[in-house]
Amino acid sequence: MYQSISTSMNRRKIFFQGIKDVLPLNIPVVLFGVFYAVLCIELGFSSHFAIATSLIIFAGGSQLIFITLFTAGAVPWVIFGSVIMNNSRNILYGAVFSRYIEKKNGLWKLILSFFLTDQCFAVSNQYLKKNYNQKFSHYHMLGSGITVWIIWQLSNLVGIWLGNVVSDQLSLNFFVAITFLALIAKDLGKLDHFLVILLSAICSLIFYNLPLKAYVIVSATAGIILAYILNKKFKGIFK
Amino acid sequence: MNIWTYTITIGILTFLSRYLVTAYSNSKTYSETTKKVLSYVPSAVFPSLIFPAIFYKNSSLVLFSDEVLAFTVAMIVSIIFKNIFLTVISGISVYLLITFL
Repeated sequence: MYQSISTSMNRRKIFFQGIKDVLPLNIPVVLFGVFYAVLCIELGFSSHFAIATSLIIFAGGSQLIFITLFTAGAVPWVIFGSVIMNNSRNILYGAVFSRYIEKKNGLWKLILSFFLTDQCFAVSNQYLKKNYNQKFSHYHMLGSGITVWIIWQLSNLVGIWLGNVVSDQLSLNFFVAITFLALIAKDLGKLDHFLVILLSAICSLIFYNLPLKAYVIVSATAGIILAYILNKKFKGIFK
Repeated sequence: MNIWTYTITIGILTFLSRYLVTAYSNSKTYSETTKKVLSYVPSAVFPSLIFPAIFYKNSSLVLFSDEVLAFTVAMIVSIIFKNIFLTVISGISVYLLITFL
């Protein structure tokens, strides 16, 4: 009995740690959530549609691409192609996370995958990297994932009910950038990571105007190739 | 194709992009080098979410703007303190100050 109480406390503790860790990253989620709902209404979609897309798709970037391209009259392959390119980084996140949850059953994998957003990946990757041997470490991902999901849905509702409470003068992308900057800050001091960050940053600026938002996966691929070269050819230098 | 078909298809595409590799690969699938290289995923992916957001405005590269200034402050804070909360707060505070003053 004592063991089961301690096990359940442990789960709860890790779950709440996930919530606590992901909270600072939700400032842009709130702003984008409000913005998305407002944009939906402005483009002539119903509030039910705004809510339904967030419940079904649950990916801010893909949802924005979808409604803007659909309204502009884009053909289906352009819409689906853009969404696939935008989602391609999830494949890299999945490759990282698969190691952490490989012993979990199919239902856990299904649930955790649904919550695999940028924010969830960012904080739970840091936690799981250190603690993946712990039996309940995946509760961290559950906590961070559910938090982002709830905040995204609630901010959509705020946008629908209150209208645009975010000033038009503000660049929403800036808020996303700042939170992700905070996440790579500690790696800037390591030469190998710094070089990967630098290359990916340069590529993202050079290739930003590629069609279908391909710059994300192009920059990420360049960074990964450089990481491979650094580890293969300069093994002794970068441990 | 009606809008709900689009919504469901995009929902499925998004879920599959998150699910397939997460569920069907494991540590046996990866060599030691691959495991090592995967540890660079945040460093390889996050810059593309950061830098265009700061340096692009309406599809044009902009080197001096409110965003660049606030970003520079946040960058300095992040390097010195290595703290997510402080970085976010400093960047956003400077940005709001510059924008609304």
